[in-house]
Amino acid sequence: MQKTIKLITVSLLVFILGIFYLSLNRSSNYDTKFLVGNKLTDIELKSLQSKEFFTNDDFKNNKYTLINFWASWCAPCRVEHPYLMMLSKNKDIKILGINFKDKKINALKFLEELGNPYDYLAKDNNGKQSVNFGIYGIPESILIDNKFNILKKIIGPLNEKDIKEIKEIIKS
Amino acid sequence: MLSNTGNFLLSLNIFLSALIIYYSYNNLKTSDNLISKKVFKISILQSTSILICFFTLVSAFLVSDFSLITVYQNSHSLKPIFYKISGTWGNHEGSLLLWVIILTLFSFLFLIYNRKHPKNYRLYTLIIQNFLILGFLFFILLNSNPFSFISPPPSEGLGLNPILQDPALAIHPPLLYVGFVGSSIYFSAAIASMITNYSDKSFAKSIKSWVLISWSFQTLGILVGSIWAYYELGWGGFWFWDPVENASLLPWFAMTALLHSLLVLEKRNTLYFWSIILCLLTFVLSVMGTFLVRSGILNSVHTFANDPTRGIYILVFLSLMILASVYILFSKYKPASIEINSNSKETFVLVNNWFMMFYLITVLLGTLYPIFTDAISNNKISVGPPFYNSVIIPVVVIFLFFMAIGPNAKWIKNKFIDLKIYLLITLAAIFFNFIIFFFFKSYSIISNLIVISSLFLILSSIIDLFKKKNFNFPRVISHLSFGFLILFIGLNHNFSIEKDFNLKIGETKQIDNFKFHLKDLKLVQDTNYKAVIGSLKVNDLLTKEERVLKPEIRIYDNPQTLTYEASIQTNFIRDYYLTMSNIDRSDYYNIKFQKKPLMIWIWISVAMLSLGGFLSLFRHAKNN
Repeated sequence: MQKTIKLITVSLLVFILGIFYLSLNRSSNYDTKFLVGNKLTDIELKSLQSKEFFTNDDFKNNKYTLINFWASWCAPCRVEHPYLMMLSKNKDIKILGINFKDKKINALKFLEELGNPYDYLAKDNNGKQSVNFGIYGIPESILIDNKFNILKKIIGPLNEKDIKEIKEIIKS
Repeated sequence: MLSNTGNFLLSLNIFLSALIIYYSYNNLKTSDNLISKKVFKISILQSTSILICFFTLVSAFLVSDFSLITVYQNSHSLKPIFYKISGTWGNHEGSLLLWVIILTLFSFLFLIYNRKHPKNYRLYTLIIQNFLILGFLFFILLNSNPFSFISPPPSEGLGLNPILQDPALAIHPPLLYVGFVGSSIYFSAAIASMITNYSDKSFAKSIKSWVLISWSFQTLGILVGSIWAYYELGWGGFWFWDPVENASLLPWFAMTALLHSLLVLEKRNTLYFWSIILCLLTFVLSVMGTFLVRSGILNSVHTFANDPTRGIYILVFLSLMILASVYILFSKYKPASIEINSNSKETFVLVNNWFMMFYLITVLLGTLYPIFTDAISNNKISVGPPFYNSVIIPVVVIFLFFMAIGPNAKWIKNKFIDLKIYLLITLAAIFFNFIIFFFFKSYSIISNLIVISSLFLILSSIIDLFKKKNFNFPRVISHLSFGFLILFIGLNHNFSIEKDFNLKIGETKQIDNFKFHLKDLKLVQDTNYKAVIGSLKVNDLLTKEERVLKPEIRIYDNPQTLTYEASIQTNFIRDYYLTMSNIDRSDYYNIKFQKKPLMIWIWISVAMLSLGGFLSLFRHAKNN
């Protein structure tokens, strides 16, 4: 009995120390890139402009959809906006903008000023919906196909390289 | 110059530690019961030189000697003198030096204050403690040297993280360090006691003072850290179950359990190995906490920089420490037949230990689980307050009842003669609880139980105050304070009011019974920061109270950082707590307002809890 206890204690300690060792070589920054390859299920989003809801049915006919999380108060969102405008000209991809913790007036003013790249405009007033998408901060964007597989996840503002990569995925 | 002095003193200390180990080891073989004078002399020299080494670093901070990387990275010539000094330990390298100072001073003090105990036991303690000192000195010298220099020296420093520029945070590390680094001495003593078979009640006596010192300081350290988080982090809470906070709480649970198990060892000469395990566990948890926060595995204000080699070093040290102590424990362990009556004070002390172990395991699991899931399955999860609250709170209720009854139980065999009194106390507690929710506001069943059980402990402790027999004032103070602590936390939780809204200058908003008016904003220039100070009038429409709160948004220059300073108005009944933050591209400011009842009493209760520890220390010192 005593031997078993000793063995269990030592194994447990070695296990804990081993995990500590493994953790040392990991980045402790939050990273949701591992979501790539997963499927998005049960989308249900309130529209920003009307009382309608967007669900999976709205997106299943799009070959590709880019889900972009943004807000009028978010400075990097301004930086990425021209790239979204550029991407919106591409017919193979639709863009769903999820307005994050924002005021409707400010959001619409933002789009009036900088242009509206979004085919769908949804809102997430308290930020809870975005959590379901694995969003950590904004801006973030998720590229999905018509089967709702996550193909790519971009954390932070979109840049030229991201747009290029997205276009390549669409082409293939 | 200061760099050379520092490096020389560090190397000297390594030499002295090795010398102490050598002479102590030789001294073991002599037949008399006297420790060689050489050992004493070198120990005095060791303590003196490590203190000089520390003051060398302090002076480097004081004169802003930026040729030292640590000073360059953590200080600035314009910083107030007070924060220049506290900057010494407000960084990884300097705080490690503080570690070594406490290891060394405790080693020396243990040597001179335990003259009555056997020579070999004291010498082995000294040897093991010096191995710990050596481990940390090498770590400092090879990996985290505060005296590393840069050439040419920069003309100006980068500054100390503004949120660390705070009086509470200046004293928080030293207090906490005396607590958990201090536990090293009973880790060493425990191993020495196993090696020398010094296992009777006098072993308990030899370490009791040190356990009390570290426990009391740990309690104070946690308190100060918590007060800091309350007014600096701007979340309005005092405990967030943050992994880093947990890291300081884990050794505290082990220490508290040890403190109680030593009572049994001292009185009844049993539970020796259990006490040894707790001695080892306390320091192991302390080093583990240091590993977790310094290696960058847990991200927090305590993570000064992510450096994996640093983590490896502490991990190797921790592993060696754990495996060596477990090996000695297993080879020396003798199963003892413990004869404890189920109705006796011993049982109550054991029950205390079970509870402490339950809290410890719960908090340990909550803290380590996310690390494990991340390492094994790549899954990032976080364990937050709901887990701790739902697991710990119900158990606290039962714990408080035991805590009230236990101290009055008799050793060996107890008889419940006070049943009537306890029944009356229960009724009184229920009555007071009824009054609270009848006149103020009703709350959940679990809150009712928390209030009743804490009142039960408070009332029993107050009755104990008037007892003449077996009167232990420090114990009553600590138990009473703990009862008050839980009561105030419970009431604070149930009666807090929180409002969150946006407001612009000149605007008035009424939410429920409160009217808020943002009068104006002022820009103020301080020595090392600019501040935007809001002037917010808050009217409580129920009590007709009107007060002006002045939250700040500070813009620090070095390094450039924005911090939000809560405006807090405290009195004995409640705190008004208000933070203001700017909203980008908008005239509005986000206002978080909280009315938190009895806040100050939570702090006072913890301070009194720690006072109980200090009183007990004096009592123990006087009796021995």
